[in-house]
Order: sequence, then C-alpha cells, then structure tokens
Amino acid sequence: MTSPARTTANSPANKKTNRAGLELPAYRGGKTTLCAGCGHNAISERIIDACFAMGIEPDRVIKLSGIGCSSKSPAYFLGSSHGFNAVHGRMPSVGTGALLANHELVAIGVSGDGDTGAIGIGQFVHLMRRNLPIVYVIEDNGCYGLTKGQFSPTADVGSTLKTGVVNDLPPIDTCALAIQLGATFVARSFSGDKKQLTAVLKAALAHRGTAMIDVLSPCVTFNDHEGSTKSYAYVKSHDDPLGELDFVPFFEDISVDYEPGAVQEVTMHDGSRLYLRKLDEAYDPTDRMHALRVLHETHDRGEFATGLIYVEPAAADFLTTLNLVDEPLASLPESRVRPPKAVLDEIMAGLG
Amino acid sequence: MAAYDVAVEERPTASSAAPVINDFSIQVATVNGSGSQTANLVLLRAIFQMGVPVSGKNLFPSNIAGLPTWFTIRANKKGYVARKKEIDVLVAMNPETAREDVLGLPAGAAVVYDAPLDLDSLRDDLVFYPVPFDALLAKVSRDVKLRRRVRNMLYDGVLSRLLGVDLDEMEAALRKQFGGKPKVVAINREALDVGCAYAEEHLDKRDPFFIEPMDANRGRILVEGNAAAAIGCMMAGVTVVTWYPITPSSSLCETLIDYLRKYRVDEETGKATFAVVQAEDEIAALGMALGGAWAGARSMTATSGPGVSLMGEFAGLGYYAEVPAVIFDIQRVGPSTGLPTRTAQGDVLSTAFLSHGDTRHPLLFPSSPEECYSMAMDAFDLAERFQTPVFVLSDLDLGMNTWMSAKFGYPSKPLDRGKVLDAEALEKIGRFGRYRDVDGDGIPWRSVPGTPAPAYFCRGSGHNEWGQYSERSDDYEKNVDRLARKFETARDWMPAPEVEIDRRATVGIIAYGTSHWAVVEGRDQLLEEADLQTSYYRLRAYPFRSGLASFVERHEHVYVVEQNRDAQLASLMRLELKAELAGRLRSVLHYAGVPIDARTITDDILIQEGYRAERSVAHGRMPHEAGVGGE
Repeated sequence: MTSPARTTANSPANKKTNRAGLELPAYRGGKTTLCAGCGHNAISERIIDACFAMGIEPDRVIKLSGIGCSSKSPAYFLGSSHGFNAVHGRMPSVGTGALLANHELVAIGVSGDGDTGAIGIGQFVHLMRRNLPIVYVIEDNGCYGLTKGQFSPTADVGSTLKTGVVNDLPPIDTCALAIQLGATFVARSFSGDKKQLTAVLKAALAHRGTAMIDVLSPCVTFNDHEGSTKSYAYVKSHDDPLGELDFVPFFEDISVDYEPGAVQEVTMHDGSRLYLRKLDEAYDPTDRMHALRVLHETHDRGEFATGLIYVEPAAADFLTTLNLVDEPLASLPESRVRPPKAVLDEIMAGLG
Repeated sequence: MAAYDVAVEERPTASSAAPVINDFSIQVATVNGSGSQTANLVLLRAIFQMGVPVSGKNLFPSNIAGLPTWFTIRANKKGYVARKKEIDVLVAMNPETAREDVLGLPAGAAVVYDAPLDLDSLRDDLVFYPVPFDALLAKVSRDVKLRRRVRNMLYDGVLSRLLGVDLDEMEAALRKQFGGKPKVVAINREALDVGCAYAEEHLDKRDPFFIEPMDANRGRILVEGNAAAAIGCMMAGVTVVTWYPITPSSSLCETLIDYLRKYRVDEETGKATFAVVQAEDEIAALGMALGGAWAGARSMTATSGPGVSLMGEFAGLGYYAEVPAVIFDIQRVGPSTGLPTRTAQGDVLSTAFLSHGDTRHPLLFPSSPEECYSMAMDAFDLAERFQTPVFVLSDLDLGMNTWMSAKFGYPSKPLDRGKVLDAEALEKIGRFGRYRDVDGDGIPWRSVPGTPAPAYFCRGSGHNEWGQYSERSDDYEKNVDRLARKFETARDWMPAPEVEIDRRATVGIIAYGTSHWAVVEGRDQLLEEADLQTSYYRLRAYPFRSGLASFVERHEHVYVVEQNRDAQLASLMRLELKAELAGRLRSVLHYAGVPIDARTITDDILIQEGYRAERSVAHGRMPHEAGVGGE
C-alpha cells in the first residue's frame, strides 16, 4: 500500500481536514489482500484521495462491486461506508436498487474487465443507457486475476496468456461502447497516473449521472510476460518475464506523468507495452462523434487515449426522470406509503 | 322453490328434460385475437351481477392472433369455482376446432355455432343452434371495422335469450368495461339486442340450461389474482418495484403501476412515493430489488418459472447476506416455448431451495384473490422480519383468471419493518455485529446505508458474526447454523393452515394454492358418491407449521393434491416427516396445463382407496386437453 505521505504529493491532502471536517485516514479501508504492486491498490488510493479532496461524507457513500480482484477492492477504501459485494457482473442492478431506495447516497462501483465486459455486459449496457448517478470504475487488466489469468474480453488481438495461448478475438472497448449507449461521462485512465486519475475521479464524483471510468490497471501476477499485448514477436525476443513474476516490490506503484496530447509508451512489469495518448488541449469532450473517432484511431495505432473522453454534463439522470419525492423512499413513514381506507374502499367499489 | 316454478312456467319452449338451473358450464371457442375476451367477461359479469356464483377460466395460446382459444364460464349455485371437465353449452366460433369441440361434448349439451360451419350433422344427441353471425352483423353496423369488434357480442345476445341472462345486466357489465366510452357501449348493446332478437325469433329452446337470479354475491367483487396481489403490494407500502415482463406475471406489475400512479403520488408536489423499473432481465430485477431492500426500501419483483431460474444466484446471495425481497412467482408450465400460457404448480421445489449451498426460502401459497392481497402484505412483513427473500407462489389460473372474492379488508396491523438498527436499538444490543444472534431467535440486527447507524460490508457466505470477511470453518458453520435457527423461528410466523378435522375420517387431504377449489368440490363428491369422510389441511406456507405431523398422524392415508408431475410438495413434506408418517402420504397429481378439476381428485382417491377399479367414464377429451397441434 502507498503511504499517506506519498499521496499528498498530488492531492490536497496537505490540508489536514477537508470540508466534511475529516482527515485523510477517515477514508481508508481495510488492509488489501491483492498482490503487492497491483494496479488496483493504486486505484483504491486515488479513490481515497478523490473522496477526501471532494469532502464526501463516508456515511453517505455506498461501495458496490461484483466478483473478481477488482471487486474485492471496495473493502480497502472508505472503511466506514456501507459496501455490497454482489454477484459476478451484476453490481449495476444492486446499485440501481439502492439508489432507488435512497437517492441521496453517493454510489461508487468497482468492476473489472471480466465482470463488466463478459458476464456483466448486459447490466453494463443498461446502466449506461439509464444514466444512473454512480461512479463506475472498471479496473481493466485484460485478464481474470482471481481465477488465475484467463483472457478477458478487453484483451487485445494477438496478446498471449502465460501458457502461450493467443487471443484471436477483438477486444471490447468499454469506452466506445459506453458512448454509443448514451453514457454521459466516459473516461479512460491509468492506475499509475496519479494526477490524471485523481482529477478524473473528482470530476466523476461531481457528475450527476453514470460516470464510467476505464482504468488500465496492470495485473502484476498474470500479465507479467512479454507478448501480452501488441507485439507477439517482441515477447518472443525478450527474456522470460516469469523470473520477475513472483517478485513484485512492495510500495512500488507504476507511475507515469506526461503532458496532454503526448503519446507515451509505458513498459509494464511484464515487458508488454501500453501507449497512452492524452487528449490534446483542442479536444472537445462534448462531441460524441469526435470522441468515438479518437478512440478508434488510437486503438488502430495500438495506443490508448486517456483522460476525459466524453462528457454530457446536463443530461437528465435516471432518478430525476423517475420524479421521486424529495425524501429517500426508504425513509418514508407508513402514513405516506400505505393509502388510507378510503382508497381501498374506492378500489373495492370499482370491482364490485 | 316458488321462483323456480314460476320461471319454468314462463318459458314457452322449455325442453322436456328437467331444467338445470345455475349449475352448468359454458365454453366459448374462438380464434385468439378476435376480441372475444370482452364478450366473455361481459357474460361472466352479467351472471355474477344476477347473484349467481360464477367462475371463468381462459385457456389461451402463446400467440397474439390466430391460434385457438377457449373461455369457460361455470355457473354453480353451490359456489363451486373449480374447473369442471364437462361442457354443457358450447359456443363454436372457431372453424378450426369446431369439429373436435363438438365431438368432445357430453350427450345433451347445447351448441351455439356459426351457421356456415354445418355442425349439426356431427352428432344427434346434442341440441344445435345455428346462428348466421355475418348476416346478423350487417344489421348492427355498416362500418366493417366496428362490426368485427362486436361480432362476439352477438353470441352474448343469443345466450342471454337461450339461458335467461339479463340483457340489462350485460349492458351494466359493458359500462363497467367501457366506462367512459358511451358510443362503444351503445354499439355493443345493439349487437346484444340483435343476437337476442334472432334467438327469440328463430331458436327453439330445447336444452335444459338456465341462469336464474340468486343472491349469493352480495358484498363480493370480481378480480384477478394478479390485480389482488397488486393491491396488496400497494397497501403493504412497496416503494421499489423492479420487474421483467413474463406471462403470466406481467399483469401483476402492470396493474400495480396503474394503482401506484393513481394513489401513491404526492398530492402537493406531484412526485412519486415509489419507483418502478422495467429491468433488462430477471437477474437484474432481483438484483435491483435486493439493492433497494439493502438500502431500506420495501422491494419486490414478480416473475414466473423461467425468471425464477435466472434469479437463482441472487436468491442465494439474498439468503446468505440476509437481504429482504418479495418475489411473486406466478407459476406456469415451462420452460421455453409451448405451454407458457398454461397453469401449473411446478415451482415448489425450485423456489424452496433456489440457489447453491444450503439455501431455504419461505414460500406463501395463496389460493384466492383475497389471499393474493393479504399474503402480499404478509410477504413484505416476513421478508423484513426475517431479512430474507420470500416467494409468493401464485399460478396462472389464480393470477390471470377472474375470480369472485369477498371485498378486501383494510389491514389491521402496522407494517413490520423488522430489526432495523437505530440509536435506541444500538444502545440495547451494545456493540453492533451484523450477523450476531443477539436475541436468540437467529435474526440479527441490520443497519441501513444513509443512516447514522454503523456500516458493514455486505457479502455472501464468508463473514463472521461481526460482518467481517472470514473463510474460517467455525465462522461458516456458526453462521449457517444460525440461518437454520432463523428458519425454525419463521415457522410460527408463517400463515397458519386451514384445517378441517372430521373425527370419523381415516383419509386426510392436503392441498395448497388453486388446487383448493377442486378439493372443496371433490370432498363433497367423495361423501355423496362413496360416503367417504375426509379431513382437510389447506397448507398456506413453507416452512410448515409444526401441526402438520399431527394431522398426518391422525389419518391412515393422506392425499397431497398438487398440479405437478413429481409430487413436489409431498417431497418437501417427506424431508421433514418421520419415515412412518412420510409413508402415509399419497399423491393426487394433475399436470395437464389446465386447472385441476374435482373429478380428477374424486376418482383418483376412490381408486387408491379401493372403492373403484378405474376412473368414471370420461367424456371425449376436449381438444385443449389434447393440446394445440400442428402449428
């Protein structure tokens, strides 16, 4: 885990208390049981930073997840908030129900690329359509960690498993899909990019609607070999990374900073490479077609566009369209949810 | 009775056979999509308004238009409302099935038919009434579209004359259906008059069947079970409704939505005190319901067997994580295509144990619209009291058919929201442990997100009593043992059975849900035909009350009547009863896709008890019992 001292560098944590009157430790969770150096741990840290910076009250937060390494992580941040570890791929429905019950809750969902792109693609699709107010983070490492390294639907064509099996199927680009489905906040980031990810998370918390963030988050244990992304030849021509596999230095998060618009090559623990393209300053994140084109073009070049890709800040969120009473439905007293006898009498008269 | 004699005298062309009054079945055979439902409901309601006990069973295909459909109306002065196998009056409007429909009738039955079908040559032991429907339609209106819509109303007119159903009651029924549309009422009334006049001029009454006014329906209503359940859900204070359309449950949520929009919108602000979401599938529907209940709302979903299957994983999570939810299962024949629009009681075992691991779910078995109403409220109270998913097992027969019912009473108990932690409770229990059995009843206290009560992390099987993640064997065992204790506690909270003990009886009958109505009639038949006394235990819930064993113990044989092939409820009982008592259970099973009838029960018990060697002579099979073939 990253020490508190480190996180202060790029966050306002140097102010000791936030606007909720809380100090940073109030946003911490349980000790992580994920692999040391796992990108997911870094994301948890950024969520802590962002919630602290945004002054979110932990007792208004609900943390939701499905199943997988990513979905374990809500136990590792905001320990005094309620959490719900749902079934595989079905976290969006649980979050939907909870927000119907209480629209004042701040929902943070954490999913993975398998949890979202495979078993949960149906619920993901409808979550994007509904524009439910939830921060939906996909911790995307292109493989299943908890079941030991199978391909997920975001794995690139030609990437390999540790066993040498090659992925022949095209990846699902969750960001492009989300935009097509009508999502109103779509971002992509990298677990090692503290500055950008914290900024994206803060913006997501401020967004009223579904804020979908695909965070590239390397799996240090099962994707730690060359050839796992674009260059099969590169994998073959490099040393076997298995020697590094079991050595994942504690405290060592993958870290990269680069200027907007620049393409940056990031070499992972495993030697596979990610190309991160920052959106340049002229980019208009409210232009859906432009956003889709950039996603496709960068993908064709074997790169990843990161940052805030698309946003539609004024779109009506799902709860608003339901025209609910101001108080949370869960807190309505009996007198407001059980109609009086006159109503039953009227119904009975109509059926008589 | 005097009224009876007078009525007979007034009938100038009554048949020579003794009149059969208020005790017969009418079957209308039409093509699906031809708009016969209105005519059938008007006929049913008119008979109801005349004070005669009546029931309706719609047998319809999984189809929008084109396949055959049969609607059966049974009038019975004794109040029997189960399906009756024998049809006494047939209205044959469907050329495709007319021949088979006629061949299946018992001798002496009456047939009103579309004249061009030429059915009268098929049998010489029936009474035939040809009616030239198309020619009569020309008299009603020149508008082709309108004519098509009222074509079926003509047979109501014909029947009103032949059977003595009051035309004004029919018009009143029309007004009930088309309240705000006087023009529609008027043209339908015209069709009724044309049909009635034709019968008066051209048809000699030669069958013995008559409807005569009674006074049996005072204070009663007509309602479908799904509508009754919807009213119950609204009165239970439901706030989150999540569902996915599936026959035969859709009308429950659709009716509920109508009522909620009418009665649960804040008058001052125009805002809703409820949320309804049509989910992407049943998995999401239950996920949303659980999410809602976890966050403190009264949540529900409604589905049928295939949806229940999809809900399996979430149902298990609900059980282990101890999250309330109300799930209506309007049972039907399943799976996939074929008989989704036919009734069954086939989900008893699949719901009782739904999911993986050691799961058990409380089940409620309504038999009437009144119980759909009351058990909807029970289900919410039980789900929150026991913090677990509760299933209400209705079926297509109850849910979608129109039933007579007593008016529903206003609930006398306040909502039971169960053990939800507030400051006062927290002080009482000391330190909060989400899965701690503080009170010795197996039911822990829960806190709700968004309140000041301490939080916990909600997850499946792996947690200790403090709600912390644990994979320890002793934590797991301790937890599932407590869950078993909780289920034991639930026994005495479940709706009690209705038990009728006949001290002379050596034979007992157990039934649940809609099988009840055929049992009521079957027991009378057993007494009349074989002087066989029976005791009766109408089961209303699972887990069973402890008295079940002593009921079985009282009798040599106990017949469990149910509408499935595998004796599902009897199997569930055998798991709990001692071997000696389990050995006394026998089964009466009916799984034809149509509602069970009394004759099936009577014959089956008489054969098993050695009174008879075989079933009483059956009439020809109705085509719907043979099924719709050759699509």
